[in-house]
Formats: sequence, structure tokens, C-alpha cells
Amino acid sequence: MSGYLALTYWDVVAASVFLVLNAVFSILLDLGLVRTLVVSALRMSVQLLLVGLVLKAIFFAGSVLWTLLAACVMMAFAGREIWARQDRRLTGLWGPGLGAAVMLVAGTLVTIYALAGLIRPDPVWLPQYALPLFGMVLGNTMTGVSLGLDTLHTALARGKREVEAQLLLGRSYWDATRPFSRQALRTGFTPIINAMAATGVVSLPGMMTGQILSGVDPREAVKYQLLIMFLLGGSTGLGVIGATFASLWRLTDARHRLRLDRLSGGSS
Amino acid sequence: MLTIRALKTPLIGPIDLTLAPGSCTAISGPSGAGKSLFLRAIADLDENSGNVALNGNAREAMPAPSWRRKVAYVPADSGWWAERIADHFEIKSGLGEQLESVGLGAALSWDVSRLSTGERQRLALLRALQSDPEVLLLDEPTSALDPVSVELVEALLQRLLAEGRTLLIVSHDPAQPQRFGAKCLRMERGLLAAAHSREAAS
Repeated sequence: MSGYLALTYWDVVAASVFLVLNAVFSILLDLGLVRTLVVSALRMSVQLLLVGLVLKAIFFAGSVLWTLLAACVMMAFAGREIWARQDRRLTGLWGPGLGAAVMLVAGTLVTIYALAGLIRPDPVWLPQYALPLFGMVLGNTMTGVSLGLDTLHTALARGKREVEAQLLLGRSYWDATRPFSRQALRTGFTPIINAMAATGVVSLPGMMTGQILSGVDPREAVKYQLLIMFLLGGSTGLGVIGATFASLWRLTDARHRLRLDRLSGGSS
Repeated sequence: MLTIRALKTPLIGPIDLTLAPGSCTAISGPSGAGKSLFLRAIADLDENSGNVALNGNAREAMPAPSWRRKVAYVPADSGWWAERIADHFEIKSGLGEQLESVGLGAALSWDVSRLSTGERQRLALLRALQSDPEVLLLDEPTSALDPVSVELVEALLQRLLAEGRTLLIVSHDPAQPQRFGAKCLRMERGLLAAAHSREAAS
């Protein structure tokens, strides 16, 4: 292997020297950042080391069951994250259930399409391909879905009067909530659109950088990155649209009422 | 004829009430008694149980938007979803005269943000009239108006009554129902009762 240079653990520790320097500055300038800095750095180290071990074990086992199990755990964390990032949430099982269900559908659909149709590893569930791909798809979809839902719920709660004024004039809930659903969709799409616009100009995407560092021809790495970005865009879009309209459906009813009683929380 | 039978929500009712065409009914009562909730329930804006029918046609038999065009509820605080006032109205013949009649002839070219509370109140009433409703549920329609505007709005309401429309008004002004020859009802703790006459109260 020509391009790949393995790192020792000492290299990794040495790389943290500037971070340690930041901590020293923080103490000298009394910024009160040391604690947060140290905790997040340690937390990241533990998480990544554990993930390395787990991935190694899963790759070694080469079992479809373990791969699926890992995918389920990732999904559960992503679903929880969507729930946690909303200021106002749907009540009952809908709260955690909607985000998880949307991601299950959008994320799984896109990942399976990419694995079975495009990348075609052998076997198709090969964890070296399936898990990183699924992780990227989930991460981006999660960001879009949580932004979209948070925007929709806040907008509806604050715009109750505007929506009900339209309902009272005999408009359907679909028409009356249109500005808010549009706003939610736009917000949900924004990160992935921004990512597509900036990719390659300011910074090289992490995955592409990784491939180049491990000796892959940059043109090949670009092809992979494009494929991934299209998949991420597709999955985020499906997820945001699905989540926004499902939540809108839940927050209205057949008699064209606005059902904010099915929404809880709200710090403002 | 609007008939309400055993109308109930978790906070109000059961309420029975019959409103004849061309009649005016006034509801008074302390804040928090459920007057606005009652009007919301009739307009089917909150979950409710019971039977409500217009001229024998059950509310549930028609789509909610059609019902709300026939039985129009005008809340005390109106909502405005666009910046320009004109965007909230369907421009059709007669609208200009209607705006004149409440003293807001030029309002269509204004922005919502410059409206006073009283101006909003009058425009919200006209907005609700655009679907030609048979029944009007008005929540304190003149509470924010100066005496001149009150007269204009009351004259408009009189014309609506004369056309055979039905009015149900929540009002804190004890003289207002008398000017309409309204039947007076009182709401307390979510229940409706005939208002005590003055003699009995004193």
C-alpha cells in the first residue's frame, strides 16, 4: 500500500498538544472553559475508541445479525436525538415515534438502494460499507428532520391565531397552514443545500479526505463523494417531507381544526 | 334556524340553545365563564360533542369549511396572516360600500401593521361577511371601538338582522342587547341560563 501511513497512539496524543495549550490559556485568562473542553475531549476519545473496537468486532464477525443490530442502535440514537432537539414535541408515542419512523423509512430505503443498486459490495450487507454509509445517511437526515419539525411546531404554536383566522373563513387546514409547512420544509432542507453549495470549495468533505489520505486517486474519491452527497440529499429530502406532513396531519383533524393539544412543551 | 343540543366540551356544557332566523341573542357573564369557548365549539374549532344543526342539516354532514362559511365566528382578537389588508379580502362588488359603512373606505390599500385594535375588529367582521353567512357568532364585536364606530357597526348589524341573518353576540355592554331587542342569556361556569331581570337582581 503506497499512500497509507499508519498512526501510533503517541501520534494521536501529540496531536492534542494545541488543545492542551487552549486549556492553559483558558486557565490563565480565567475563561472557565477548561471543564467543558476537557470533558468533551475525553468524551469524544472514549466514544471513538469504543466505536473502533465495536466496528472491529463487527467486521471480524462478518455476521448479518450483528450488522443489523448495530444499524438498529444507530437508528435508536438518531431517533432520540431528533426528539431531544425539538422545543415543542408531539405528545404520546408520536413524539419519539415520528422521527424514528421517518428515518427508518427514508434512511433504510436510500441505504439499501445504494448498497444493492450502486456500490454492490459482496455480500451486500458487508459492514465495512453498510455501517459508515448508513451512519452518514442517518446523521444528515436526522439534522434535517429535527430542524423541520422544530420549525413547524414552533411556527404553529406561535401562529395559532393566524391559522385559526383562516380556518374560520372556511379555508382547509391544508391552505391555512401552508406558509408554516413551507417554512418548515425550507429550514429542513437548508443544511444539506448549504453543504452541497460549499463542498469542495472551502473544505474537502471528511470522507473524501479520508480516501485521499489512504491513497485513493482523487478522481475516484470525488466520484464516491458525489454519490454520497446525492444519497444524503435524497434521504434528507424524503425524511423532511415525510416528517413535516405527518406531523401536520397529526396536528390537524378531519374537522379542519388545529390540534395544538397534541403538542407539548415549549420554553417560549 | 340554528339548533344546539347538549353541546359539550371538557370545559363547558352541556348547552341547549335554539336561534331563530333574524333573531339576536346576547350572552354576558364573567371572564373565564366559557363564552368564547361556547362560540368556538359551535364553529367546530375545538373538539366537542352534541348535536348542532342549521335548518335541520347536521353540522357533521357537511365539511367543516362549508359549515364555518355558513356559521361564521368572529373572535375578539382577530388573526391576520398576510401583510396587506387587501390580501385578506376577496375583492368583489359591494365591498367598497361595506368598508365605507364602517368608516374604513380606504383600508384596502393599507398594511395590517398600521391598524388599530378597533380597526382590526371592524375589518374582521367585514371579512367574515364575505362568505355570506346565515349565522354570525360575534365575540365582543364593539369592545375596542369609539362611540361613533360603535354606532356604525351596530347599524351594520341591524341591517344584517333585517336581512334575516341570525346573530349570537357576546357583550359586556348591558345596553347593547336592548338596542337589538336581543334575548339575554348569562353564562357562568360553562353553563347557560336566562339572564336575571334587573328587578329581580335589585
